[in-house]
Parts: sequence; structure tokens; C-alpha cells
Amino acid sequence: MDNALGQPQTIVLLGGTSDIGLAIVRELLSPATRAIVLACRDTSKGERAAGELRSDSVVVEVVPFDAADPSSHAALVEGIGGRYGDIDVVILAAGLLGNADVTTVDVAAATELATVNFTGSVSVTVAAANLLRAQGHGAIVILSSVAGERVRAANPVYGGTKAGLDGFAQGLGDLVAADGVHVLVVRPGFVRSAMTAGLKPAPLSTTPEHVARLTVKGLRAGRRTVWAPGALRYVFSALRHVPAPIWRRLPLG
Amino acid sequence: MAAVRERLHGWGRTAATAAEVRELAAAELPEAVRTAGPRGALARGLGRSYGDAAQNSGGTVLRLHGPVGDAAAGPVDPVAGCVTVAAGTSLGDLLVAIVPQGWFVQVLPGTRHVTVGGAIASDIHGKNHHVEGSIGNHVLSMRLLLADGSVEDIAPDRRPELFWATIGGMGLTGVVLDATLRLLPIETSRMAVDTDRLPDLDAVFAAMTEGDDRYRYSVAWIDLLAKGAHLGRSVLTRGDHARLEQLPPGSGDPLAYRSRQLVAVPPIVPTPGLLNHATIAAFNELWFRKAPRHREGELVGTGTFFCPLDLVGHWNRLYGRQGMLQYQFVVPFGQEATMRRVIERLVASGTASFLAVLKRFGVANLAPLSFPSPGWTLALDIPAGSHGLGEMLHELDQVVLDAGGRHYFAKDAHTTPAAIRRGYPRLDEWRAVRDGVDPGRVWQSDLARRLDLLERSSEM
Repeated sequence: MDNALGQPQTIVLLGGTSDIGLAIVRELLSPATRAIVLACRDTSKGERAAGELRSDSVVVEVVPFDAADPSSHAALVEGIGGRYGDIDVVILAAGLLGNADVTTVDVAAATELATVNFTGSVSVTVAAANLLRAQGHGAIVILSSVAGERVRAANPVYGGTKAGLDGFAQGLGDLVAADGVHVLVVRPGFVRSAMTAGLKPAPLSTTPEHVARLTVKGLRAGRRTVWAPGALRYVFSALRHVPAPIWRRLPLG
Repeated sequence: MAAVRERLHGWGRTAATAAEVRELAAAELPEAVRTAGPRGALARGLGRSYGDAAQNSGGTVLRLHGPVGDAAAGPVDPVAGCVTVAAGTSLGDLLVAIVPQGWFVQVLPGTRHVTVGGAIASDIHGKNHHVEGSIGNHVLSMRLLLADGSVEDIAPDRRPELFWATIGGMGLTGVVLDATLRLLPIETSRMAVDTDRLPDLDAVFAAMTEGDDRYRYSVAWIDLLAKGAHLGRSVLTRGDHARLEQLPPGSGDPLAYRSRQLVAVPPIVPTPGLLNHATIAAFNELWFRKAPRHREGELVGTGTFFCPLDLVGHWNRLYGRQGMLQYQFVVPFGQEATMRRVIERLVASGTASFLAVLKRFGVANLAPLSFPSPGWTLALDIPAGSHGLGEMLHELDQVVLDAGGRHYFAKDAHTTPAAIRRGYPRLDEWRAVRDGVDPGRVWQSDLARRLDLLERSSEM
């Protein structure tokens, strides 16, 4: 159960090695924390992250999770619920950036990216939402992206999956609110992390820690969306309405 | 018996969760208990506990239709001085029924808007704890609906373990259907009150230690924004029910009684609420200055004396969307230095608290989870969104526990299972009695989940 300060006891990170996801977990850590589950594809990398979170009072478990295998998701979530009881926060941070040069021409690569970022994200989120709705409380944090706000030519498959995931998460959030479940959609801009290593930072770039601070603040304030950094909200509300002929010519990377 | 999924929170308006809420009559209870799902059931009264004590996320929450008005209480037994009352009746409705007959409840907390069932579940205390103890001391018997649907008549000499596990048991032993309460005879519906304005904490400790025993009721309102030499400055109010001869001649019916509310706060309050550091500081200053240095025998109504905040309906909304948290703890006598340390820490944090309350507790009763124990108790409201609040409360928890103190379930909304295990060493004894009457864990609550109340602790 969350306490009155919005400090969760049990945290599940889907995409358990994600820099942003782990930063959110660290930001949520408090004396109330009892269990953290890192669900990830690369469990040995997950174990290294777990080692840094573990303490006398906090149990940390690493479990295998393949976003591209939706048929395994219900069992995964139910298994965690069975071992730890109520889950207070689920963070969905599993996602790939993909190489746009490949995913825009290679059918298999596009499918894989779409499966992980959209299909698999939807399936595991529905599984988590079922559990949280039955327990009558809990929060789901969905890591979307500003890339989904208006999809750019530079990475249409990635942007498209985030646009779909973002829309799904908002609708789901409205549906499950009456069941005591809070869905928070986080829209980071360019975050300097493992996912973007080697890429040239875009304007208003930020860090996983900054995204995490804004996310936890948004969670505690009961917000439905968080932009990181906050200024991107205004940038993108303008960009959304730029006419297409001009939009195409904008130097957006 | 329609079930409606509803989001519920406590009086602090934090950590809302959803449950199936069933409005029902007592006769429908066994059926509702039998059909409760895996997350069990819990009775909810008027929702005045501050945290998650009356919530049962994903499970069933039972709201009992109680008789209201004149039917709230049976006739007072004038010889035994007691009354049998349905558990869903509020103490306010009970007072309306009994004060004109010359009786008062033995224990009244800071609000009349609590049910008899909730009062027993929390083993509430009032300003007279140092003399009369908590409400459990005045329950002569009660009927308890058990998890198997049977009804047990329990009293201090009938199934005493179950009786005392239910007193302060946070609704986790069963549903109290009705209770027979010992009452206090009164001659008038007025209070005769002495007021002292005290300049600092040492003066408060001294005045209460020296003089409390002469009064039935005693409480100090502390200004937690006063610093330095003024640290702990307080207004101490003490008194008793006025006797007939204390009323001025021609004051009409000495037992006239009406409960009232002057205003109510509307549902929507501008973010981030109206109670912030500036408004609270202004209020506390005004309130301290308006108190007389020393005044004796002032006659006031019981509402003004016991429940001043009841004059403002839904005052909890003043804290805005983030809600508020109430922190209440007790430390044993001899731990005045600890109390000072806690107050210094609260003052230093700049946490704006609106009328903190300091009181001396008398002897504890036999209930394993009863909160009051001999010592000093401090209760204060804090806006839940205050910066650094989590860290500070955790730090204060350790100070309180190290001093042999503990926290109050009816107020708690933040602490941890470990803090409860330390503060309530008889927890396992309570669990054993509870499990004996509810092996299938029908009775559950968010408080129980958050604080592991139902789990037998092997890791202790």
C-alpha cells in the first residue's frame, strides 16, 4: 500500500535495466519500500542493478521478461503478485529506439520494434492493470516519448509506437481511474542515457534523474501526464499545429 | 444491498483506494460477510480516521444503516448509568439523545462525528484520559458479528481476550453491532473552564504535571510555529461539567443541548489549499494572543470545549488536493526531553501545523492494541505535500520508538510495519486471538495491509 506521502511499498520495473526506469525506482525509494522487482531481458545486467538497490529492508528480485513475447505477460505479472501481494507501482520502461535507417525499410526490423514498443507494452500493461484493478489501488507509469506527440520522418516506426502507446495509456487511465488505479504517461524529450549513447543530444535534452524527479512529483500530485523537461509541453503544443509543408522542412534531426 | 465501487479515503484525504461499498442493515451483514471476496470485508463508520484504517481496497466495505435521531440510543438505565446503542450511531447523535436526560459520554474525542463502532475499534481517548482512560474502559458489553456469521456477546468478563482484542482492534476482529456504554451523570450541558496562557514548553510540562489531577478534562494547544524562548508556548484549557449552582440565575433549561455547525468548506478549494505557512502562522498568533493569561470558571458549551473544529464542516478540505496527515504519538513520562526534541525538530522544519495538541495520558487499559499509555501525547496536522515530510517523519518515528513510545492507528498514514512491531510489543498476542475467530482472514483493511497487522511476524 502507498502511504499518505505517496511512498510505495512494492515497485515493479518492466524493462528492469532501463536508465530512466531505474532512476524512477531510486527516486521512489523510502523507508516504506519493501520489495522491488526488476523484470528484464538481460537478467545478468538486471542483477547488477539489483545489487545497488538491495538493502536490509528491501528485497530485490530479478525476473526474466521478454516484451516481444506477449503470451508470457499475464503469467509474469500474476507470479509477481503471488509472491509479493499488492503491487503499488508498475513502471513500463521496456522499449527500443531502433535504427531508423533499418526499421523504415526492413519489414522484420520494423515488426520487431513495433512488437516490443507497442504490442508487448500493451499486453504487459493490460496484465498489470488487471491486477491493480482487482486490488483496487496502484499506479502504472508509462514511459512514452515526445516522439509520439508528432511523429517525425527521422524515426517514424519508433515515434509511431510511442504515439500508439501514449494514446492507449491515456484511454486506459480514464477507464481504470474508477477502480482506484492511476495511470501516468511520461513524455521525456531527448534523455542522455544508454538508449541514446552516441547520438547528438537534441535541444532541451535531459537526464534520467531529472525525468525521475518529475515523474515521482507527478505521481504524488495525481497528474495524468508529465513532460520532461516541462518546457517541452509548450514546444510540442506549438509543433503539433505546424502545417505539414513547414513541418517537413523543420530541422528536427 | 447494492454494491457500488467507490473510491474512499480517510479524513486526511490521502491515498484513496477503491472498494465495493455496501450500504446495508445489520440483518443483511451475515450474507455480505459470506459473499465477501478474497480481499475480505471491513465496516466503515463516518470515515474520521485520518489514514487508511477504514478502507479495504479491492474488497468489501460495509456501511451500516444505523437508526438516527431519537432511535439512536435505547433508554438510559438511570440506576446503572448506562445505555445500549447501535454501533453506527455517532457520538453526536447519542449526545442529542442523552444530554437532555442529564447524561454525557465518558469519552469524547475532538469531534462528535465518530460512530460508536469506530470509537471502539480505535479505542479513542479524550481530554479526560488522565482520569477516566479511553472508551474501552467504559464499554460494559458489546455484540460482535464474527467472520462465520455468528454473533458473540462479549464483555470484560465474557470472552475477555476477544473483548480486549476488539477494543482498539481496528475493526479486524468483527463488526460491532451494538454496545452498552457507561455514561457520566451531568447537572448541566455547560462546561466550566479554566484557561492559562503559558509562555514556553517547560511551563506547560510543569502546569500540567502539577495541576491536571484537579481537573476532569485537560489539554494544551501548542503553537508549533513559535521558536526560541517561546518554543512550546501554549494555551492550556482545563475544566469539568458545570454544576447547577455554577450557572447564573435565569439561564433557562440547564440541560438544553444542540449540536451545530456554523459553516462548511465547499468541495473545491484552490490548489494548493488555504492552509499554508502564512495563514497558519497568522492564525496561531491570533489565537495565542486572544487567550487570556489566566481565567477561571468560564462557562462554555460542550461543543466549543470538546469539538471546536466541528463548527466548520469539512474543514479537512482546507488543505487542498494533496490532503493532510495527522501525526500522533505518545512517549512515557520522564521522556520530556524527547518531547522537546520532537517539537524542536518540527519547529525547525518550518512545517506549518495548525493547532497541535499536547495531553497527558493516564493508565493504559488491557487491550493489546490500545494506543494510550502513561505519558505525553502530541497530535498535529501537517499538509501532506510539505517538502521533506517523509524524511522528517521517519526520523521522528525513530526518536519516538527509541524513547519507548508509539503511534496511533486511527491517525497513522505513513509509518512502517517495523515501527508498529516496536511500538506494540503485544501485537502477536492480538494476532493469535484475532486468527482464532477469523482464520480465513475475512476482516481486512488497507491499514492492516500497509502495516502487516495480520501477518504473524517470524522475522521479529
